[in-house]
Amino acid sequence: MHVPDGFLDVPTSVATGAVAVAGVGLALRGARRELDDRTAPMAGLVAAFVFATQMLNFPVGAGTSGHLLGGALAAVLVGPWTGVLCLSVVLLVQALLFADGGITALGTNITLMGIVGVGVGWLVFRLVQKLLPKRTSLVPVAAGVAALATVPVAALTFVLLFAFGGQAPVSLGAVLTAMLGWHVLIGVGEAVITGLVVSSVVAVRPDLVHGARPVLAARRLEVRTDTEVSA
Amino acid sequence: MRTRSFVLAGVVVALLLAGGLSFYASSHPDGLEYVAEKTGFLDSADDHAAGDGPFADYATKGVDDARLSGGVAGIVGTLVVLVLAGGLGFAVRRRGSAGQSERADARDKTDA
Repeated sequence: MHVPDGFLDVPTSVATGAVAVAGVGLALRGARRELDDRTAPMAGLVAAFVFATQMLNFPVGAGTSGHLLGGALAAVLVGPWTGVLCLSVVLLVQALLFADGGITALGTNITLMGIVGVGVGWLVFRLVQKLLPKRTSLVPVAAGVAALATVPVAALTFVLLFAFGGQAPVSLGAVLTAMLGWHVLIGVGEAVITGLVVSSVVAVRPDLVHGARPVLAARRLEVRTDTEVSA
Repeated sequence: MRTRSFVLAGVVVALLLAGGLSFYASSHPDGLEYVAEKTGFLDSADDHAAGDGPFADYATKGVDDARLSGGVAGIVGTLVVLVLAGGLGFAVRRRGSAGQSERADARDKTDA
């Protein structure tokens, strides 16, 4: 979903640029609460992994493809603030080194895939997690549902920006319908990949999964109660 | 698995995906590009300012073999992102944070 230069006009790009700067600024402060000596390397790993998987376009219907956006994945693995930083680094490197996503559109892309993708991913993940029983095996399920939501919401956000700053006189209804339709399908791929990756990490090192902490804390509490009863 | 081994294994997987599997990725336009083409606003895109860079469009300049060209670009990108995001992570972290996480690491060591 990398927006190139020229799709959106200058005022819209300046506005999304301001949103991106504010979002990354807040994330720099917020990430401090999420990262310590042990989890700091996870920021590098998650960003590198998102970059790598974004190269893996999977076919969606005839003639179209999609790739992981990684917002929900990053939010669940390293926390939402660090997730915004991870996605921002990925998008910056893609724009400057790989000509993927415009340079004047960097703010737009950070807003769509970084802030909206990670933000929606984290909120939906926490919501689903609250509704489900507190079990580590359900962390990947909640992550998958969150991932499914992020792609159409990011697509919808693009259409909203396009309504304000689109540079071509095309039918907004047609853009909306097509963007939503294709990105729900891409969202299914996003959900599958996110669920698989999160379940792999949960299987090996659940303590390194930011989104699994409430579940692990609940489990530790139960163990302590048992010991007290037996003593 | 120790944290260091876990991160190292993860990086190896990312390098294999970006450097190897990416060759088999679909080359069809992504959702946005496809919709832009079908609804008629693809032409409003400008040429990319960094379009002549050494790794533009995930191809390494001067390398003719498509598999190698894309693979090198993928590996370079993965490492650049790893260093930048990892450095940022270390820069903003809570330093010398004792408590839960160090106890967990100590537990890992006794497990191993």
